[in-house]
Amino acid sequence: MGTMETGMQTDSLEAGTEAAAASPVVIEARKLDLTFQTNDGPVQALRDVNLTINKGDFVSFIGPSGCGKTTFLRVVAALEHPTGGAITVNGMTPDEARRERAYGYVFQAAGLYPWRTIARNIKLPLEIMGFSKAEQDEHVDRVLKLVDLEGFGGKFPWQLSGGMQQRASIARALAFDADILLMDEPFGALDEIVRDHLNEQLLELWDRTGKTIGFVTHSIPEAVYLSTRIVVMSPRPGRITDVIESTLPRERPLDIRDTPEFLAIAHRVREGLRAGHAYDD
Amino acid sequence: MADVALANHARGGAVGAGLRRMSAALVPVVVVVAAIIALWYVACVPMNIKEALTQAERAGAVIDPPSAIERRDASAIGLVFRNSDHIGATFGQERPRLPAPHQVGQELWNSTGDMVLRGRAFSKRSLIYHAWVTLSATVLGFAIGTVAGVALAVGIVHSRVMNMAVMPWAIASQTIPILAIAPMIIVVLNSIGITGLIPKALISAYLSFFPVTVGMVKGLRSPDAMQLDLLRTYSASQSETFWKLRLPSSMPYFFTSMKIGMAAALVGAIVGEMPTGAVAGLGARLLAGSYYGQTIQIWAALFAAAILAAVLVGIIGAIQGVTLKRMGMAR
Repeated sequence: MGTMETGMQTDSLEAGTEAAAASPVVIEARKLDLTFQTNDGPVQALRDVNLTINKGDFVSFIGPSGCGKTTFLRVVAALEHPTGGAITVNGMTPDEARRERAYGYVFQAAGLYPWRTIARNIKLPLEIMGFSKAEQDEHVDRVLKLVDLEGFGGKFPWQLSGGMQQRASIARALAFDADILLMDEPFGALDEIVRDHLNEQLLELWDRTGKTIGFVTHSIPEAVYLSTRIVVMSPRPGRITDVIESTLPRERPLDIRDTPEFLAIAHRVREGLRAGHAYDD
Repeated sequence: MADVALANHARGGAVGAGLRRMSAALVPVVVVVAAIIALWYVACVPMNIKEALTQAERAGAVIDPPSAIERRDASAIGLVFRNSDHIGATFGQERPRLPAPHQVGQELWNSTGDMVLRGRAFSKRSLIYHAWVTLSATVLGFAIGTVAGVALAVGIVHSRVMNMAVMPWAIASQTIPILAIAPMIIVVLNSIGITGLIPKALISAYLSFFPVTVGMVKGLRSPDAMQLDLLRTYSASQSETFWKLRLPSSMPYFFTSMKIGMAAALVGAIVGEMPTGAVAGLGARLLAGSYYGQTIQIWAALFAAAILAAVLVGIIGAIQGVTLKRMGMAR
């Protein structure tokens, strides 16, 4: 079983690399292991994770709780450090990549500072990174436009709906022009209607900016709708069980979710989750 | 909430709704105050009845029982029922065990407003003078205590060593009775030539730094893991994390602990005035009152202290309201 999995992974990885031969590798993980030492003994959050993400990819990570999808994203962001294997981000270690402002990170909660206006929230990373006042204003205007929040810069977070707050937090992650956007269940706390809308906007944003996006989700339709590649993960130990290349076109209206092609991919994701015993207990 | 506001608006405008809300808040307060005053008057009767009967007897009235020794051993409530004619006298004595509310009110007026009208607001007999003496020590001590408390909290949050070394001592410092340590502080400082305001302020600071430290440690640690991770993704330094996240997040805790610290500082200043030989200040006034059996003066000084505390805490509350509202953090 183990060998078969590894073989399948390698196949799809190579297929991915060939398909995007022109795009440079952005994130590369080789035999990545991460073991947390807890009071109940060691917990293997990641085991033997091999993955290559190319520039401009939209990669979703899907799997049940404890499968290591968030942990993997945190390793990329240098918020956790692997206990084995190697990972590079833009050809650097994650720590170096962070200092080079390689990525913007979007968390599940918007986490806007209530004492700052939306514009000043977006300026937060810019202030820390030492942008000049004029640059800050220029960046804020640009990213507010990107997330359709023009004219809301002077509002306080509590004056905005949950979906708008999350868009503001995406704007904050985009503010310093990182090429990689890491999103950890960014729409998990929002209702389905808002979520659909934000998914549509996110695709549009991705199309316009050409960012590389790593996106953690619990939702099969969300993963299939958004991604160019879907990484299916399983828990205990956290590992990759399948990597699915999406055959959907880049242009994706919301009703693409009713096409047979979409349903076929969703079916394969579900099979991948089942193979990893994700539906046990 | 919004629905209620809308309905009110339809019925008669925001002003009407505001008035209704204010009266809704006022009614319980008035009821409680009235109940306390009523209970106080009731309590005055048995507390003061024996003295009232003694005075009445001296004035020639017939008392039941007539023997003073018998009355001494009798229950106060029994005496009240057997001599109900003399209940009125329990509210107007010169040195009652428990002064009636109007006596305390009268004394408060005589030693404040009346003194002002006579142009003697800062005479030694004026409570305004004594309150001012206590206030200056309180405010200075509170300022020292707040600065020290915040400094300790910053150290505790940022240094593991300080967290483990300072916190136990801070807690231990508060388990020592202030009444025991206050005279020592006064005497020690006096022996090195420091007298007057500073020793009292230091006792105030000793009491008021602690709630500020505890509150600020909690406040500075209030940002959750996600907020701290976000700043890590920007490679923010410790000082940037402090100024941009920890300090603003701690503001609600800061104001709450300052309110407790202010009340503690006032207690410290009053206690600090007692061992100095009752020269000036509300503490001195309390002590002098008890030396000479001036119960009304004691109670008036107590109320002056309570009013002072309420005003000081109220000022912090008002600053809190404005600040948190401007920060968008009002609850």
